[in-house]
Amino acid sequence: MTTPRSGLNRRGFLAAASALGVGAVATACTGNTDEPTAPAANNAPAQNAQNSAPGKKVVVGFAGPQADHGWLNAINVNAKAEAAKYTDVELVVTEGSNDAAVQASQVDSLISRKVDVLVILPADGKQMTPAGRKAMDAGIPVINLDRIFDSSQSYRTWVGGDNYRMGLNAGTYIGQKLGGKGTVLELAGIDTLELTQQRSQGFDDALKNFPGIQKAGRAAAEFNVQTGQSRMAELLQAHPKFDAIWNHDDDQGIGALQAVQQAGRTDFLMVGGAGSKAAMEQIKADSSVLKATVLYPPTMSASAIRLARLLGQAKGLGDLAEQEIPASVTLFSAVVTKENVDKYLPFSFE
Amino acid sequence: MTEQVVVADPPPTRRGFSMRRMKDVQNLGLVAVLVLLAIAGTVTKPDQFLSTDNLILVLTLASIVGVITVGMTFVIIGGGIDLSVGAVVALSTVWATTKATQSYGIGGIIFCALAVGVGCGLVSGLLIAYGKLVAFIATIAMLASARGLAIQLSQGKTQVVNFQNQGLVDLGYKKSYILGIPPLVIIFVIVAILGWIVLNRTTFGRRTFAIGGNPEAARLAGIDVKRHTLSLYVLSGLCCGIASVMLVILTSSGTSANGNLYELDAIAAVIIGGTLLSGGRGSLVGSVLGVLVFTLISVLFTLNNLPTAVQQIAKGAIIVVAVLVQRRASNERTSS
Repeated sequence: MTTPRSGLNRRGFLAAASALGVGAVATACTGNTDEPTAPAANNAPAQNAQNSAPGKKVVVGFAGPQADHGWLNAINVNAKAEAAKYTDVELVVTEGSNDAAVQASQVDSLISRKVDVLVILPADGKQMTPAGRKAMDAGIPVINLDRIFDSSQSYRTWVGGDNYRMGLNAGTYIGQKLGGKGTVLELAGIDTLELTQQRSQGFDDALKNFPGIQKAGRAAAEFNVQTGQSRMAELLQAHPKFDAIWNHDDDQGIGALQAVQQAGRTDFLMVGGAGSKAAMEQIKADSSVLKATVLYPPTMSASAIRLARLLGQAKGLGDLAEQEIPASVTLFSAVVTKENVDKYLPFSFE
Repeated sequence: MTEQVVVADPPPTRRGFSMRRMKDVQNLGLVAVLVLLAIAGTVTKPDQFLSTDNLILVLTLASIVGVITVGMTFVIIGGGIDLSVGAVVALSTVWATTKATQSYGIGGIIFCALAVGVGCGLVSGLLIAYGKLVAFIATIAMLASARGLAIQLSQGKTQVVNFQNQGLVDLGYKKSYILGIPPLVIIFVIVAILGWIVLNRTTFGRRTFAIGGNPEAARLAGIDVKRHTLSLYVLSGLCCGIASVMLVILTSSGTSANGNLYELDAIAAVIIGGTLLSGGRGSLVGSVLGVLVFTLISVLFTLNNLPTAVQQIAKGAIIVVAVLVQRRASNERTSS
């Protein structure tokens, strides 16, 4: 290979320059302004006057995920918004990462900064277990968000959602709505993920309580709008008549609801999952087959910030008799319907 | 390298003849697979399978990857590969559905999607044709950066088409069907027919075969290989842009998760359609049949409530069988 180097460089430069040009012309369209302000966590801190009174300053380190899904983005936004509400909390946020090795080094840097409390939503619970342990060994209490570490020695408190109960509550709601009789379908997420298996297990267990209800079909839509549309369109074709469907994820639900509209079907009830803003607005408007969604609360990061603050100030949870913060907090997967949607809408994710 | 230069092209008449024969064998094989799948559907779920609705469903689901596959067929016949198509679709749908773009109306959304697709194709094409980067590397770089930019722009959110632009989404509904055919299917058919004409009936098409078969010979024959290579990637980008508009119509939204693994779906369809991965030979009809085979498998499996994992096994098996048939046909060609 004896290509003249100089020529290649010049060409390379030209190519790069034209690439920049394309980018520059198009940047006029990238804006995503006029976004709603970050949602605030539910009950006002004033409710618990003793705990919310400003106390010792607490530096909280936050190592979150890369926000490549609406729910994860809401996790980051809610954590920052919650910390901003307290004068005695200083939040140190690392750049989000989905890579366990990168995140472990970020946790290291937070440890060496000597933060008072750490909040970690691990890229992968198993892989990040040693990183959590390292912080705990350094005397920094760790609040483990959602994706649980393998060992209790790696966290002081775990806060997270309940995938099994999501399915359970969805199944129970559908069973009651149908009066214990009918055919149901399930539009799941990614079958290889444990969370999908837990959601499906919960759903099936709930349906067992209604012997008159039969699950006629199930498809996995990969947590993706486009596959949501495709799998739903196929399910609708396969089942000319059914009574209800549970969709695990509101993001893929956008595509699924499009498929319903495209097929012109209105003859069944749909229940969503996770609690996106788009889904809640449709439930509120009562204009589609979507009548409810089961929460997987993104407010958990705000709760984690509050717990971190209390841990740093050595306070307990006001409404419990315990002197200490519990070691595990499992959040409830509430069923959001038209009746109670206003309560949850401000905390939905985009 | 030397081998390519030494081997002389067979006389055009003989080559044309055997090429057509090879295509016939390939396409007949795929038609047979389609018929087998249709029989399987008819036997297992006659009521749902044998309906116009089902035919429309298959064609609609095939339309988006179908359009991308048309562009991919050109690139692969021209001796290249475009691994960035899925990421470009993600970026196009995201860019076309930002609040700023949506404020320009439906025309703005369509223009933006097409411009982003063409722009990405232009960048890849320049890097490959003039920057002398290997296509595999250049488009994998585009894959990574386009997907990253899509995540950056959308901040991981799914951007729904707003009320003002509902007219675009309405194109996916039954009321917009023309003579009972969804507009998406019509776009797919038009793109496929135009692609077939350009590939088989124009100088552009003949040059594509020529540079894919032997770029050095093509250059000596007076073809501007670099410019032609560039235009192939722009064409693929344009197809991604069109597919992005269709995806926005179908899903009423844009997200960075769109177009996941489209590159594999498109390349697989092109390969089972009888196009040589090394370029120089191929068939657009085969590619379209390939897309239909994959879509039909997916529909069949959901109809019969079978898990996705089994479906992937079936896809893999079909790719292997198709390539084996292709090799036999290819051997026949060389021995005849």
